[in-house]
This record gives sequence, C-alpha cells and structure tokens, in this order.
Amino acid sequence: MEWLGLYNYWVVVALMMIGFYIVIAQGNLIKKLVGLNIFQTSVFVFFISLAHLDGGTAPIALPGVTAYSNPLPHVLILTAIVVGVALTAMGLALVVRVQEAYGTIEEDEIHQQDELH
Amino acid sequence: MLEQLPALQVAITLTAAPVVMMLGRASRLAWVLTTLSCWASFAVALLLFNQVADGSVISYEMGGWAPPWGIEYSIDAANAWVLVIIGLISALVMPFARRSVEQEISESRIALFYSAFLLANAGLIGITLTADAFNIFVFFEISALASYALIAMGQDRRAVLSAYQYLIMGTVGTTFLLIGIGFLYIMTGTLNLGDLAARLPEVSDTRTIRAAFGFIAVGISLKLALFPLHLWLPNAYTYAPSMVTVFLSATATKVAIYVLLRFVYGVFGFEFSFVELSMAWLLMPLALLGIVVPSLVAVFQTNVKRLLAYSSVAQVGYMILGISFASVLGLTASILHLFNHAITKAALFMAVGCLVYRLGGVSLTQLAGAGQRMPWTMGAFVVAGLSLIGIPLTAGFVTKWHLLQAALEGGLWPIAVLLLGTSLLAALYIWKVVEAAYFQEPEDSTEVVHEAPLGLLLPTLLLTASTVVFGVFGSFTVQSARTAAAALMGGVP
Amino acid sequence: MSDAALIALPLLVPLIGLLLIVASGRVDSLRDGITVATAVAMFTAVLQLLPKVSAGERPRLELFELFPGLGITFEIEPLGMVFAMLASGLWIITALYAIGYMRGAKEKHHTRFHAFFAVALFSATGIAFAGNMFTLFVFYEVLTLSTYPLVAHKGTDAARAGARTYLGLLLGTSVGFLLMAILATWWLAGTLDFTPGGIMAGRVDPAYGSVLLVLFLYGIGKAALMPFHRWLPAAMVAPTPVSALLHAVAVVKAGVFTVLKVTVYLFGLDYLGELATSEVMLYVAVFTLLAASLVALRQDNLKARLAYSTVSQLSYIVVGAMLVNQIAALGGGIHIVMHAFGKITLFFCAGAIYVATKKTEISDMDGLGRRMPITFAAFFLGALCVIGIPPMGGVWSKWHLIMGAFEAGYGLVVVALMISTLLNIGYLIPPVIRAFLVAPKDGGGGIREAPLLCVLPLSLTALGCIALFFLGDNLAGLLAGMFSVAPAR
Repeated sequence: MEWLGLYNYWVVVALMMIGFYIVIAQGNLIKKLVGLNIFQTSVFVFFISLAHLDGGTAPIALPGVTAYSNPLPHVLILTAIVVGVALTAMGLALVVRVQEAYGTIEEDEIHQQDELH
Repeated sequence: MLEQLPALQVAITLTAAPVVMMLGRASRLAWVLTTLSCWASFAVALLLFNQVADGSVISYEMGGWAPPWGIEYSIDAANAWVLVIIGLISALVMPFARRSVEQEISESRIALFYSAFLLANAGLIGITLTADAFNIFVFFEISALASYALIAMGQDRRAVLSAYQYLIMGTVGTTFLLIGIGFLYIMTGTLNLGDLAARLPEVSDTRTIRAAFGFIAVGISLKLALFPLHLWLPNAYTYAPSMVTVFLSATATKVAIYVLLRFVYGVFGFEFSFVELSMAWLLMPLALLGIVVPSLVAVFQTNVKRLLAYSSVAQVGYMILGISFASVLGLTASILHLFNHAITKAALFMAVGCLVYRLGGVSLTQLAGAGQRMPWTMGAFVVAGLSLIGIPLTAGFVTKWHLLQAALEGGLWPIAVLLLGTSLLAALYIWKVVEAAYFQEPEDSTEVVHEAPLGLLLPTLLLTASTVVFGVFGSFTVQSARTAAAALMGGVP
Repeated sequence: MSDAALIALPLLVPLIGLLLIVASGRVDSLRDGITVATAVAMFTAVLQLLPKVSAGERPRLELFELFPGLGITFEIEPLGMVFAMLASGLWIITALYAIGYMRGAKEKHHTRFHAFFAVALFSATGIAFAGNMFTLFVFYEVLTLSTYPLVAHKGTDAARAGARTYLGLLLGTSVGFLLMAILATWWLAGTLDFTPGGIMAGRVDPAYGSVLLVLFLYGIGKAALMPFHRWLPAAMVAPTPVSALLHAVAVVKAGVFTVLKVTVYLFGLDYLGELATSEVMLYVAVFTLLAASLVALRQDNLKARLAYSTVSQLSYIVVGAMLVNQIAALGGGIHIVMHAFGKITLFFCAGAIYVATKKTEISDMDGLGRRMPITFAAFFLGALCVIGIPPMGGVWSKWHLIMGAFEAGYGLVVVALMISTLLNIGYLIPPVIRAFLVAPKDGGGGIREAPLLCVLPLSLTALGCIALFFLGDNLAGLLAGMFSVAPAR
C-alpha cells in the first residue's frame, strides 16, 4: 500500500485532470477560467508537496532541529499564486468586455454572432 | 556601469512601464517616454551583443546573490542575438506607433497601452536574459499578461475574444512549463540553468526527467505556436492593433523558440534530446506539417493580416525544422531565421499597418488599386514579400539557403524539395495580394487616398531596406548565427 | 577603361535610363527619346567589351560576396558577349518600333511599359555577363519578375490570366527545379563558378549528375521544353513589342543561353556525355521540336503560331547542347542569333499588321500583301531565315546542328531536323501566300502600311537576316572561343 502514502500526488493528478477537462469542455467563459484556476492550483499543491520532508519542521532556525522542509518551493509558489491572481483578473476583465460586446458569455452563442476561425 | 548592463537591459523598460501608466491623459508624453526607453534598451542590447560576439559569456548576479541561491543573468552569443532582435523591432516600431496608435486606440487609453507594451517588452527581455528556470516562467507570464491586454485593445470586438482564447491557451502552456520545472527541481535541487545542465546527466535516465522534458517541450510549443498548437495565433495577430501585431509577430514567438533551444540544447543537452529521446523524429513531422498546412490555409485567406498570420505559423515551422536537423548547420539556419523572419514579417505587418491607416482594413477587395494610390507602402510590401518567399538577395533567401544546405547535409532530399515547394506557396499568397493591389481597379475610383504619413512610412521602408541589406551582405548575420549556434551546442563547432 | 568599369557600364546604363524614363514620364516625346538614347548607349557600352573578348580575354568583376564562396560575379566569355550584343542591339530597333506601335495601337501606361523594358534588358545583360550560376539565377528571376507587368500590360482579365500562367510556370520551375539543382551542385561540387570544361567532372557522381541535368533543363523554364512550354503562348497577350524582343529574343534566349552555359561551363561536354539522361533529354528536345511545329501548323492566330514556332526553335538549341559535341553546341549558339533576327522580324510584322488593320487571325489576312507590300516582304525574309534557306543567316545554325548530329551518330536527329524544316515551311509560308496570292474577301479598302516607326524597324531586321548570312563565319569564330580555356589573367 505504498502508493497510498503518496496521496497528495494523487490529489494533484485528479485536480489537474478536472481542471484541464473543464477548460476544454466548458463553453461558458467564466467556467473555463474556474477550470484554469483549478488546473493551476493543482500545480501549486504539487510544488508544496515537493518541499515536504518526513519529520521536517518549518524552515526556521531553532536549537535542536536538524530537519527542515525546503523553503524554496513555497517562495516560488507564492510568486506563482500572484501570477495566477493576475491572470484570473485579466481573464475576468476580458469576459466582462466580451459580455459588453456580445451580450453573452456562452461560446456557442458568440460563435453564432461572429465566426472566429 | 558597463557591468550593470544586464540588469539595465530589463530594468529600463520595466521601470518605465509604471511611470508611463501614471501619465494618464498626457498621451504624447507617454509616447515620447516609451520611445526613449525602447531606444535606450536597444542601445544596451547592442552593447551586450558587442561584448559577447566573440563567443564569451557574461554572468551577472542579480542583487549580488551568487547562484544557485540568487538569480543569475547569463548572456552568450545566442541570447544577445535575441535581445538585439527585440531591441531593434521595438526601437523601430515606436516611431511607427505614434500615428497608428492615435488612430486605433482611444485617447484616454494610450498611456495605458504604452505601459502594457513596455511590460510585454520587459517580459520578453527578461525571458531571454535569465538563467533561472523559474524566472523564465515569471517573465513569460509578465509578457503574456501584457500581450493579452494589448491584443484586447484591437478595434474589432473579436479582438477581446482572441485575447481570451490566447489567455487560456497561453496559461495552459506556461503552467505545463511550470510543472516541468518542478520535476527538474525535485531531481536536481536547482533552478539555475547552468547547474541543471551539470546535474542532469546523473539522473537523466529516469521517468521523471523524461516527463519534465515532455511538459516543458509541450508548454513552450504552445507559446511558440508549433503546429498544431498554433490555434491562438491567427486570431490574435489578425485582430490586435497594427503596432501590436508588428511587435508580437517579430518577437514573441522568436523568444519562445529561443527558450526551446535553450532547454533542448543548453539544459537537457544534445545527447539526451536527440540521441536518447529521438526528438528529431517528433519535431520534423510537426515542422513539416506546420509548414505545409498553414501555407495552404494562407493561400485561401482574404484578409491580408490573417494571411500573414498563417504565414507566421508556417515560418515557425521552418525554424523548428532547422532545429530538428540536429546539426550545427540546421541550428544556424534556425537562429538566422529568427532574425531574418523578424525583420521580414515586421516590415510586412508595418506595411499592412500603413494600409489599415489609410484604407480602414486590409481585405483583398479593400486593397484594390492600392498599388497606384500608396506606391511606397505597396513597394515595401512587395520587397518584404519577396524576402518572405526567399528570393535571392533578400534576407529570406539567406536562411532558406542554409536550411536547404542543412537538409542536404542530412541526406534529406525530399525535405529540400518540399521546402522549395512551400516557397512557391508563399509566392502564391504574396502574389494574391500584389495582384489585388496593382491589377484591380478600386470600386470607387473617385475617392482620394493618400500615401501613408511619413511617420508610418519611414520605419516601414527602413525595415524593408534592411531585408535587402541583410540579404546582400549576409556574412555578418551568418557569422553571428554560427557563433550563437556554437554557444548553444556548448562549444561544439 | 578598366575591366570593372567596362562591365559595370552596360549594366548601369539601363538603370540610369530607367530613372530618366520614370522622371520624364509626363512628357511623351522626351521619354521616348530617352528610351532610344538609352538603348543606343547600352549597345555602345556592350560593344566596348568586344575587342577584349575576341582577343581571348575574360574580363571579370566581383561585386560582393553573399557568404564565403558565393557572390555576385561577372565574367564575360564569347557566348555571353554575343547574347548581350544581340539583346542590346535589337533593343534599339525594338525601342523605335515600340514607340510607333504603342502610339499606333493606342495602348496606355507608356511610361510603365518603357521602364520595365529597361529593367528586363538590365537583367538580360546580367544573365549574359554572369560569372557563376548564382548570379545568373538572380538575374534570371529579376527578368521573370520584371517582364510580368509587361505581359499583364493591358490589365484585362485575359491579360491577367495569361500573365499568371507566365509567372506561375517560370517561377515554379525556377524555384522548384533550378534552385534545387543549384543548391545540389553547390553541395556536391562546392562551387558554382562557370569554368571552361565544367566543374562536375571528378566531383559529382554521374548518377547524381544525371538527376541534376534533368533538374537544370526543366528548371530553366525559359527554354520552354515540353511539358513546361505553356507560358510562352500565354505570354502572347502582351503588346507585340514585348513578344518581339522578350519572347523571341531576351527572355527565351536567356533560357537557352542558360542551357548552353550550364552544359558547357558547369557540366562540361565530356562529363555530359557520360550521363545517362543526356540522351533522354535529347529526345525530349527532339519531341518538343516536332510537336510544337505540329501545334503551330494548327494555329490560326498569327502570334500564337509564332509562339509555338519559337517553342520548336528553342529546342533546336537544346538539341545542340544535348548532342554533346562542339559543332552542335556551336550550332546552338549561332542559332540563338539567327533565330532572334528571324523571329523578331516576324513578330514586328505581326504587330505592324495589327496596328494597320487590327487583324490577328491568319485567315483574315487574304490579300493584305498588296496593301502592305513591305511588311509582307519582310515577313517572307524572316520566315526564310527561321526555316534556314540561303541567303539567310538561319542556314548556318542548321548546318552546324546537322553536322553535329552526324558526328554524334544520331541519324534519327538528322531526320527530325529535316522534318522540322519542312514543317517550318508548312506554317510560315502560307500566310505569305495568302497575303500576296489570294484575293481579299472584303476588298480591303483603306488599309495602308503601318506608321514609319513600325515599318522601318522590321525592314532593318529583315535586312539583318541577310547580312548574317555573310557574317556567319565571324560569328562562329567568335563563339568557338567558348570551348578554349581562358588565358592566364
């Protein structure tokens, strides 16, 4: 039952697939963005999992502690989260503009109005 | 001062961006400031290029932190080459932009527009400079976010939709890249490209590294619009403002190709990529399909901007093909084409920008009679078009010659034949435009249409002239490309 | 003058002429005067090179290098010298004729017409002077591109369709086959310089060489080997001066000139003889020669008939090259000149008939000879020259070709050349007979000779055909120099 011990990676894979599926399958522009967020979050979880060390503590220098979790992935993911927020904001702003221009945010209804190849 | 150049290179445009944003309604001032910073940035790029042209490498520790803890900027002949491309194009596109942007963007947004442009520029420069894998991801997102905003500012409402489409596909691409970088980090414990290259051989025979390679290759392929992951590109280029199309077409995909080269040759190494994973057999068919199919699609387009966008996808195919030959000659051809195609396509899109400025659009019917009404613009279009086809004495020919030699060197005669055939397709779609412009009478022949204003025309002509200059005196670019190829191959001559 | 200046001058003159023509475009008479002056100046400039070349020198000019070993280089040898003299000399006459024709036929856009004519002559000279295959290719493409506007000149749908075929076939074959052949030659032989005796022997495996030969011959689409000959009839939509100078002299002769250059200076005749495909291509040329003549017989449109006749005559020159001996190759070289004079006369006549009567079909020309005696007399002389009957220059080229075929032991080729001569008579003489001997259907009232500027040039070229009969020996002597190795520079 060794693979159960890697359960966080299984969660990562599941989230990734769910998110990716939503991005591809959903016709609603907001839902696509939600899917994209889930997809990205799975990658964040993945990075955080990398940093984990069995028996390690938070990377703060304390007397008597020798095993620390790796702090670098946390820092990276902090940056990545900021990027993700910016992307979501950008995406939502675009969706607002789409709604203004077309009166709908459903992909098939938009394509009825404008043929985008 | 001189040793701070690498930091300046990215800092100039990055710090100018918020300043320009705050200028608000002072749109003329925003333009002046943006132009000056682009020129300064180009000057820095030239200085850097000059320092590494002999094959040496500059290593710069960002903030004084030594790698692998700090972020290292490393400049060799290969990325200095790309920096010059970005610098040259942005320096030339700015004079062009003033009138074009005033016409296409509403007054109140011009400062914001230039601010986004500067960010996109800084992002691309950052990707090129940095020797840190995660940093590449961050700069990718900076330039991408700014590009989405730039594209969405197009006049047609489809511009917003194209930007959205690009956002989704672009984000999937960069996230793939991030996953790949994560895998590399677990296996090696470093993000520095140089360190990665040194530590990878020990662990290269693992599934993790192969997965990392797959994720990174697919992620970057999305960004560089490798067929069939190119779907975002034609729409984005077609509906973006003229100036944005010029800039992005000449730089964005080129930078992504550079990143692919850096990872494939610099990080994973020739041995792993081409011998162990036989990458050539994946890239070559895709490149060939990517040349043929979009070229065919381009032939049937009626909007010139869209036609050229599809041609861009095809040209990406040429560059990838050069890489897939897995030889110094092939790599040289690809690196040459980065530059030659950048100036050619920028000149073409600028000419299209001039046409849009005067005619309001560039469908083939709107172009009727443009040959007589805007002789200089169309003249530039024809010359740059010849370069795109690859007629001798133009920049496009220099690349094609090397690419074909590389094909022959690899004993791939059928590919050489195919390449010549696709040149004919290029001739076909360029000629469609020429015929419409020169040999069709305009519907309303009484309407008076003037030649594009000098501000638009001069940069166009300058770039067009450069396609001829670099076609006639090819030795300089060939030599530089060869040095860059050697740098990427790790000194292998 | 130095060699460099001597070579640069004939190339610069048409370019300067081009600028002056464009600058003076608004004043008709001034522009036309400049056109003629440019042509005269160019011919004079070309002639300055003749003494050196006939003395066995090979003036050379290296303009610049694209990348190591590959550059734009000029070197004058006898064949190029003859071609340059031919094109520039006939340009003077054509310029005069074109002025008369364009005014008489009320064509538009005179300035564009004369300007592109100058570019075409510039590139023809570049082809003639090219010192390596790359230079030749560059000018070859410029020639194609610069003649496109001339073919599409009328701007009608028919003209555009014709021009599209013209451009498509010429560009397609040159990029698809010729460039491929050049690339492969560069790759295999390491050089593209035109060298007496060829560059391939000892460097290129004959198996590859055989493929290269086919690529070269079909790549040089301007030589109009079947099945890539369609562009030539399609180009007949152009105004007649274009058909006359370009599609009887400059463009098509550039094609066969390139064939001769490639066979003599790249392959070398000895190496060519080893190739399996040289015999195949010989028969392709013989087939083209006969088939095009048969097609010409069936054309009622005079210019179309002349066009197919040209396709056929070009193959004489390719046959000359593929017979792989010096006499035949010499015959090919001579035929470039002889056919040029004959065919340009015929085209001038076709144009003069069009200007005077607006008639283009042979069946409408009954009895016209009585109204336009000079034109049809000239037509007769031109026809005799193309057929190859003394005292016309055309006899010399056929003589050499047939001698060459005998020497090579190809009896079949000799027979084919004989049959073709009969076919020539069959399609070129009937128009003359109709014009002089058949009574006009509609009385033909009011028809007079075309303007002097049309009639004078065609008389000159017709007389040229006769003059060439007496100059044949000199010409052969000059051309024979192309087989000799250049003296030390």
